[in-house]
Amino acid sequence: MKKLLFACALFCILITLGIVLVLLSEAVLFFEEVPLLDFITGTIWAPMFEPKSFGVLPLVCGTFLITCGAAIIGLPSGLGVGLFLNDFAPNWLRSIIKPVLEILAGIPTVVYGYFALTVVTPLLQRMSPSVEVFNAASAAMVVGVMVLPMVASLCDDAIRAVPRSIKEAGYALGATKCEVALQVTVPSALSGIVASFILAISRAFGETMAVTLAAGSTPKLTLNPFESVQTLTAYIAQVSTGDTPQGSLEYKSIFAVGMLLLVVTLFFNMLAYYLVKRFRTVTE
Amino acid sequence: MVTGNTNMSGNGQRSFDPSPPYALEARDVNVSYGTSRAVLDVNLKIPEHTIVALIGPSGCGKSTLLRSFNRMNDFVRGAKVTGEILFRDSNIYDKAADPVLLRRQIGMVFQKPNPFPTSIRKNITWGPKINGYQGDYAALVETSLRRAALWDEVSGKLDESGLALSGGQQQRLCIARAIAMDPDVILMDEPCSALDPSSTLKIENLLLELKERFTIVIVTHNMQQARRVSDYTAFMYQGELVEFGPTDGVFETPQQELTRDYVSGRFG
Repeated sequence: MKKLLFACALFCILITLGIVLVLLSEAVLFFEEVPLLDFITGTIWAPMFEPKSFGVLPLVCGTFLITCGAAIIGLPSGLGVGLFLNDFAPNWLRSIIKPVLEILAGIPTVVYGYFALTVVTPLLQRMSPSVEVFNAASAAMVVGVMVLPMVASLCDDAIRAVPRSIKEAGYALGATKCEVALQVTVPSALSGIVASFILAISRAFGETMAVTLAAGSTPKLTLNPFESVQTLTAYIAQVSTGDTPQGSLEYKSIFAVGMLLLVVTLFFNMLAYYLVKRFRTVTE
Repeated sequence: MVTGNTNMSGNGQRSFDPSPPYALEARDVNVSYGTSRAVLDVNLKIPEHTIVALIGPSGCGKSTLLRSFNRMNDFVRGAKVTGEILFRDSNIYDKAADPVLLRRQIGMVFQKPNPFPTSIRKNITWGPKINGYQGDYAALVETSLRRAALWDEVSGKLDESGLALSGGQQQRLCIARAIAMDPDVILMDEPCSALDPSSTLKIENLLLELKERFTIVIVTHNMQQARRVSDYTAFMYQGELVEFGPTDGVFETPQQELTRDYVSGRFG
């Protein structure tokens, strides 16, 4: 039994190592042809056309645009739902909201993608005709909604763990429910809330399907959310599903982009770990 | 000062009226949680600038009664209070009464020290700040901590976490936090039950100083503590107020058999 469990654990480690190794070895081949500095600082991403150019900044910019937009929408509303569930919602309402969040979390990302394309974008276009068919804003909105259930659920847990006695101390000093929620409960649950935020950002960062469908595939260095952009993940999806010959430079480039995704996500997770640890020493 | 009149009613119940003015007056107070009744027809007058101890065995309703004085029972699902509690000449359970405003005037110290997870200074200033205090915050912090006999121990580390203090210090910080609001009454729910004897002694001495400025109602399991600090003692049993009177009287010449058995340690 013990050996079997050990094998399961070993399996995880081997798979992780294997993926990292494959990414690394292909990425190294890529960087033999394209200098690392050109890749990181270049402002033109044109892997399919001559002259080929592999400056990753437009992809990073597109990813950044969508991640930020998603964070602006998903994080505050997720925290709001978490607070509402704990301190304001009556039991019957809580018992409705909780399963609805589960359903929201279970909607396939591809559904979010065409929802953005067929519902959100037309709405945006009605407000302003200059909005392109593929645009970052619609993708950011649906990704924001996508991460909302996760943020709400994690914040709910963090807030529920705040000792009742601390909230009572707040009420006993003549604080209103809102003052206690925002000034006592949230700071006390900060480590959990921050962790949920970072995990959500990390998830939005790595989201592929919805952004590929909604944001388009135009690598562009822009901060205008109503234009079409391409994200790191969408590029990988585009190349992987196309007829790119194995061994070509485009083929190798997706490993470099994948490596970049891995590094950034790893950074987010370490940041979450660090912040949780730091806030915990303050609050306990 | 302990003054008042004892009245004997027809059924042999002794009722005691301390001399006015009263900080709080409970009239026919009943508290129930769902179908279980925790406090039954309690009438109690709490004179200003005294310490009133509520004693009785676990589950006798003393904490529930205490928490009805500042409407903390409002946060308990299914809790229902009937009767009147008079504070500053009006019923705090009146429809027009604002419980938030009430809690600014009636402070509370809890059983387990519960400082906010923030600095010592912010623990003191938070309450006054949300209530729009306009004065000098540095002076407020110092006065409150001095009155809670904590200043000398923490004056050099006001920006350190309140949670870094010892249990006894944390409880005095909670008292300082309540004092900073300059309330009329401070309710204390077994404030020493989580503390060691020397911390307990410090807090008891502190209470005797604080009654010059505040009225204190303290729930305690510890009969010696009630004797040491309180001017009046109310003995509760199964939700009813069995006996109320000057502390010496209740402990030395109890009028009710139940009280006699309890204070002599026969049960509880």
